[in-house]
Amino acid sequence: MDEIAVLGVGMHPWGKWGRNFTEYGVAAARDALADAGVDYTDVGFVSGAVTVRGGYPGYVAGSTFARALGFTGAQLASSYSACASGATALQVARGQILSGACDVALVVGADTTPKGFLAPNAGDRPDDIDWLRFHLVGATNPVYFGLHARRRMDLYEATTDDFAMVKVKNSRHGAHNPNARFTKEYGLDDVRNSPVVSDPLRLLDICATSDGGAAMVVSSMEWARSHGHRNPVRVAGISTVSPTYPDPVIDLPYLAADSAADPSAPLVGFKESIGARAYDEAGLGPDDVDVAEVYDLSSAMELDWYEQLGFCGAGEAERLLRDGDTAIGGRLPVNASGGLGAFGEAVPAQAIAQVCELTWQLRGAAGARQVDGASVGITVNQGLFGHGSSVIVRR
Amino acid sequence: MPAVEGLFTIDGDEPRLIGGRVPGTESYFFPKHLGGADPRVGPVDLEEVLLSRRGRVWSYTTSHYPPPPPFVVTSEPYERITVAAVELEDEKMVVLGQCTAGVGPEDLEVGMEMELAVDTLYSDDDCDYLVWKWRPVAAGSKDA
Repeated sequence: MDEIAVLGVGMHPWGKWGRNFTEYGVAAARDALADAGVDYTDVGFVSGAVTVRGGYPGYVAGSTFARALGFTGAQLASSYSACASGATALQVARGQILSGACDVALVVGADTTPKGFLAPNAGDRPDDIDWLRFHLVGATNPVYFGLHARRRMDLYEATTDDFAMVKVKNSRHGAHNPNARFTKEYGLDDVRNSPVVSDPLRLLDICATSDGGAAMVVSSMEWARSHGHRNPVRVAGISTVSPTYPDPVIDLPYLAADSAADPSAPLVGFKESIGARAYDEAGLGPDDVDVAEVYDLSSAMELDWYEQLGFCGAGEAERLLRDGDTAIGGRLPVNASGGLGAFGEAVPAQAIAQVCELTWQLRGAAGARQVDGASVGITVNQGLFGHGSSVIVRR
Repeated sequence: MPAVEGLFTIDGDEPRLIGGRVPGTESYFFPKHLGGADPRVGPVDLEEVLLSRRGRVWSYTTSHYPPPPPFVVTSEPYERITVAAVELEDEKMVVLGQCTAGVGPEDLEVGMEMELAVDTLYSDDDCDYLVWKWRPVAAGSKDA
């Protein structure tokens, strides 16, 4: 796959600011443009990641950000694929660039979130599987995280302290991140003493919902080189795959997984397939990865990704964690940013924010959380209803 | 009456989930009309089938905080609910459900045999709205 250049990145700090999402997106976009040294009028395409929490302006996020920055006649698109929206917006931008429709694109996502569980829209919708899971089972998002965490404990003898150690590790990383919402360094006892949310997971094992924004300025390699970017971070692979039927692993928002009764059907794990597509596009493999940003909706879920991205075999993630391999200073640091544990979910921004972090890491500009010598990074993320999201960057 | 029509049958204390099957194959779906499709055959008319009443625990968890609407909280103060994911015996399909009252995570383990029960999800002045729930076979079955 042809590469595109990451010219600049920017973020609005995550928090619970209670302001309009547009403000966060515009702040992140301005930072990304300044970081890139690109004049906004050179942006030929604005790719917005949609929020469903901002009314109509949220559904047309690309237009909303472009208008707030000033309409220039640039082409627009707005993408929604739940937590994968940012990767989808980046992929749409890559398509525009590689097809020659534009030279420079601005990718922006931002959200403002209410307190508490993310819940479906109001109204009776018995033909909406997302509505049914809340109504009939009370299956909130943490219920699914709890199911997967318990499964790890049963299959691989993971312990609740292993899960807590993920939080402890990531909070140490996030303490050095000025864009993180939670910068406190937590100890094991903090996690152990926090209330149970969905057994075996406790409050500090589960990510919060946050306000925040992230943006990237990307261009063709040719445009980058002709404008003084001699060695930019490059996007080498983007995966936005769907699951492959039958997927026998239950996942949100569904009431049931696919049936595995038909022996002739190929079993391809969805989570494994997300990273596989990105590796394939980049012509790289797990052994090439120096740093990773993974989707830690729960502490236990981070461990699942170690295996699903091929960093280790099934059941070996706890060993990687215990050996310190995935902490900064280890063999393959994971969530050097602090991850969602330190940020909380800001749905349309988070997949973009993961790439922002890797860009800083690959430039050697991550300050106290720098992963030494990182030249290849991978992100992974997943959106409700079967949206895979993974981006590989290299330098 | 069922809290939602068309997802399960009620026959005394023995509800059955209403699934779909690609005729002549072992491709099952639940709910029948919302369970996706087998891409090898596409969106064909599924044959209605009643799914296995029994299966084994794939995993389990709880909700210690009251889920938001459209869940209807019936206990005051809220009592945690337990949720099991059970792999159906014949269909090899993992299906979620609340566990029956009194079943907590300490009563469950992965691989344990479970069966479908019918229970009240919530009530109003007119009637009880019913749903399927999971319960350990050892706890309630006549033939356990």
